This record gives sequence, structure tokens and C-alpha cells, in this order.
Amino acid sequence: MIDAVVQPFLEFAFMRRALVGCLAISLTAPPIGVFLVLRRMSLMGDAMGHAILPGAAIGYLLAGLSVFAMSLGGFAAGLAVALAAGLVARSTVLREDASLAGFYLVSLALGVMLVSVRGSSVDLLHVLFGTVLALDDAALLLIASIATVSLAVLAVIYRPLVLECFDPEFLRSVSPLSSPTHLLFLVLVVLNLVAGFQALGTLMAVGIMLLPAVAARFWTEDVSGMIGVAVATAFSASFAGLLLSYYANVPTGPAVILSCGAFYFLSMLVGVKGGLLWRLMPRKHLEA
Amino acid sequence: MTPRPAPAITFRDLTLGYDRHPAVHHITGEIARGALLAIVGPNGAGKSTLLKGIVGELKPLSGSLSLDGLTKRDIAYLPQVIEIDRSFPISVFDCVAMGLWRMIGAWRGLDARGREDVVGALHTLGLVELADRPVGALSGGQFQRVLFARLLLQDAAVILLDEPFRAVDTKTIAELIALIERWHGEGRTVLAALHDIDQVRAHFPDTLVLAREMVAWGETPKVLTPANLARSRQLTEAFDAHADICVRDEERERETA
Repeated sequence: MIDAVVQPFLEFAFMRRALVGCLAISLTAPPIGVFLVLRRMSLMGDAMGHAILPGAAIGYLLAGLSVFAMSLGGFAAGLAVALAAGLVARSTVLREDASLAGFYLVSLALGVMLVSVRGSSVDLLHVLFGTVLALDDAALLLIASIATVSLAVLAVIYRPLVLECFDPEFLRSVSPLSSPTHLLFLVLVVLNLVAGFQALGTLMAVGIMLLPAVAARFWTEDVSGMIGVAVATAFSASFAGLLLSYYANVPTGPAVILSCGAFYFLSMLVGVKGGLLWRLMPRKHLEA
Repeated sequence: MTPRPAPAITFRDLTLGYDRHPAVHHITGEIARGALLAIVGPNGAGKSTLLKGIVGELKPLSGSLSLDGLTKRDIAYLPQVIEIDRSFPISVFDCVAMGLWRMIGAWRGLDARGREDVVGALHTLGLVELADRPVGALSGGQFQRVLFARLLLQDAAVILLDEPFRAVDTKTIAELIALIERWHGEGRTVLAALHDIDQVRAHFPDTLVLAREMVAWGETPKVLTPANLARSRQLTEAFDAHADICVRDEERERETA
């Protein structure tokens, strides 16, 4: 049994690389997902995931399958969409979700068009679903660097970020950090999506960010606890997904995300903070 | 006769509003340091707008407002419509502790003295037993106490309260008013937008009656007359989408020229 779990990683370098890449992403994407969920911006993560596509496509058209070019393009496109949406929301009648929807849909269509003009459908699949089993040194380095920077930035903006989610008006009244915090957080979201799309593709990168975070809400009632549960979930799902993909010979990205999904459904059923099962069980009420 | 204390906040022909439509129209006057001032008036009279102008959330459309040496950080503000996400997983203790922001900022930890201060504030507001509960589990009145505990820790020279007693039972109101009177005794400047005229008469030495324009401003017994209150109700809440440009600024410029 233990052999079956360890053997693929011992035997194949590409499995080890895939595991390292997934674990690095699992360290920072889920905490960022926790804050997205707490700010009721879950779907914004999804929209941003689509928004980075044209940037990655332009990088690909200019430099071929270069990790650096595609990441830089993706980062620039994601950030541009996030900032434009924020700017439009602040200066017109549109609210942020509506203006974001407008921008990311245009961005996605542009990306798909760019990829199909020059590339084959194989390239499109590569961008959309990632290549976790073919992570080269450059890609691993990029993912690890992004994870390191994200952890450091998250530690620095942790308190203002919690306040920005919980009571933004209070934060504005005591400190000028409200806007910088929001901006840095958006940068972190885009950075982690870029890291995730190397391995899991633009469509799946959002999954490892949000699914563990959503599941964590069923287990604990404080922010740091949620972050711990989310990271642990993403770690185990990375392991399980890679093994599933190895033995069942299915694509790796979806296998990792489906493992996260399995844990989400489990949490929804048996999670101790508001899981379905506990609600269905008739338990006598307390004295006070 | 005692000398008048220095003003904490001065309005000079101040107009505040939204999208060019004034909600507070040409107000002039000063609030003395250490004043306990009630702001009364019907709905739409501009009470909240005036407070937002003081904290700097709204920029004046014309005229000016000066804080005489105070900065934005000396002001603690309890807004009427609270943007707080009550489903956020944070404990009562942590929420109240944020009142110490001026001391701990974004990065410093809470030392033993800070913890004592927080416990002290929780004690004052009768929240000690709820310290570990998530804020989402509190009733409306309890949550209002939490916000007051946080205000208490902010230790601000100027405290602005916008309808602080909404959905709060009479016992809690009495306790909160006691806290406001304590702040007054400590020499802080406290402004509160209120609806309950009897409350104002009983506890607030000064009153500003507002109805977009200033109706009356001064000692509460002299200001809260039936005539003034009737006038404040008559001044309509009219929002005229096709209102003409206000000419008072130009007239005044011509007079002084």
C-alpha cells in the first residue's frame, strides 16, 4: 500500500517535479482563496483566471512556449483587467462585479482568438489545462518564487487585509492602508493564478485557490484556522490527484481539482461548523 | 464669564452634498473643544452628511471645514449604515482590539498592557463573557456594545456617533449614554446625530437643529423650541433634479467686493 503511494514519485522525476510544483502552489493559493471567499469575491477569482489568457497567448505568439514570456503576459493581462474593472467601478455607475464581467469576457475571447490564429488546438489545450507532468526547471523556479513572495506579502498585509474584509470603513478611518492593501491583494491573486496556470492551466488554477478555501469554512470559525485547513486540503489533494492521474491514466490538472472537490463535498456533508449532516441530526437544545 | 474654549471644528459657509445637490447647505459655526452636541432634524436633514464631511469622506462642494490642529486620526466615527460583514469569522475580542490600531498599527503585536486595555473595554460594556464568541453570534444590541467598546479603545479627541441607539433596548441605551457622559467629562468633543428629542433634552447640553440649512444652534433648552422643530419639519426634503445653480456664493462675493 505504502509502496503504491510512494513508488511513482521514487521512480519518475516528472512525478516528483509535478508534486513539488503542486505543493508550492498549495502553500499560497489557498490562503488567498480564503480571503477571496471572505470578501465575497469567489467568482472574481474565476473571472481573473480567464482574464490572464490573452496575455499568455501574446507571450506565446511572441516567444513560443516560453514560461517567462507567457507568465509575464498573463500577469500583465490579469492585472490590467483587475485595475480597469476597479477603476470603472469607482468612476462610473457600474459596480465592480459587473465591470469585471465586462472586461474578462472581452479578455477571454481575445485570448482564444489569439491562440487559434497562430497555434494548433493542442497549444490551446496546453494553455487551458496546463502541463503539470512537464514542468521544467524554469517553470518550477517561477512557481517557487511566486509562492515565496506571496507568503511574505501576505504576512505583511495580513492585519489590514482582515480589516479590509471585515470593516473597510473602519480601516479607512484609522489608516491610509486600505487602497494599497486592496491593490497588493489583487496583485497576489493574479500572481498565484499565473503560477497555477503553469501547472494546472488557466481554467483549473482557480480550483486550487477556491475549493480548499470554501471547504475550510465548514471546519473552523477563525481566519487563521481556515488558512491552515485550506493549505492542508490542497496538499492532500495534490498528492491524491497526482496518484489518481498516474494510476487511472487521466489528465493531472482535473484530477487534482477533482480531489479538492471531493474534499469540499465531504466537508459540506460532515463539516463540524454547519455541515449538512449535523443539521439533519435532531439534537436537543442547550440550557443557555 | 469664563473664556470660550478653543474650537475643535469650524464650519465656514460649508456646503456638502452628492452629485452637486446640496444635503447640507451653507452652514457656519464652530464646535468648542469638549462640547457634547446633539444634531437633530428630520430624515434627509443632512445629519449623516455633516458627520461624513467632518471625517473627510465627503469633500465640501463649497465653503470650508477646519479641524484646528486635529488630524483625521484624532476622530473616531461610528457610521449609521455599517459596512461591517457580520458573518466574518472574527471574535468579539479581536474586533474590539482593533480599536487599539493607533498603538499597534498593522504590524505590532498586542502586549500585556494592550490586552488589559481590551479586557477593560469589554468589562465597561459588559462583554467579558462574550469575548470569545464570533461577532456573527451576537444580537443587534450586543453588537452595538462591541462597536462602542472599540470606540472606547480608540481614545479619540473627537467622537462622532451617527444614530448610535438604533435597535438598542432602553437598558443598553442608558449604559451607552453613561459612557458618552464619561467621554464628555474627560474633555472629549462628542457629536451625536439623534432622533429622540427627550433623550437630547436630558443628556446633551448643546444642540444643532438641521434641515439641510441650519435652523438653530446653541444651548439645548433655548434651541429645542416647538417653533424650531416645526420649522425643521417644514423645510422640505425636496430633491429637485432640475434645481438651478445656487447663487448665494456669487452674491456673497459681490457683497465683500
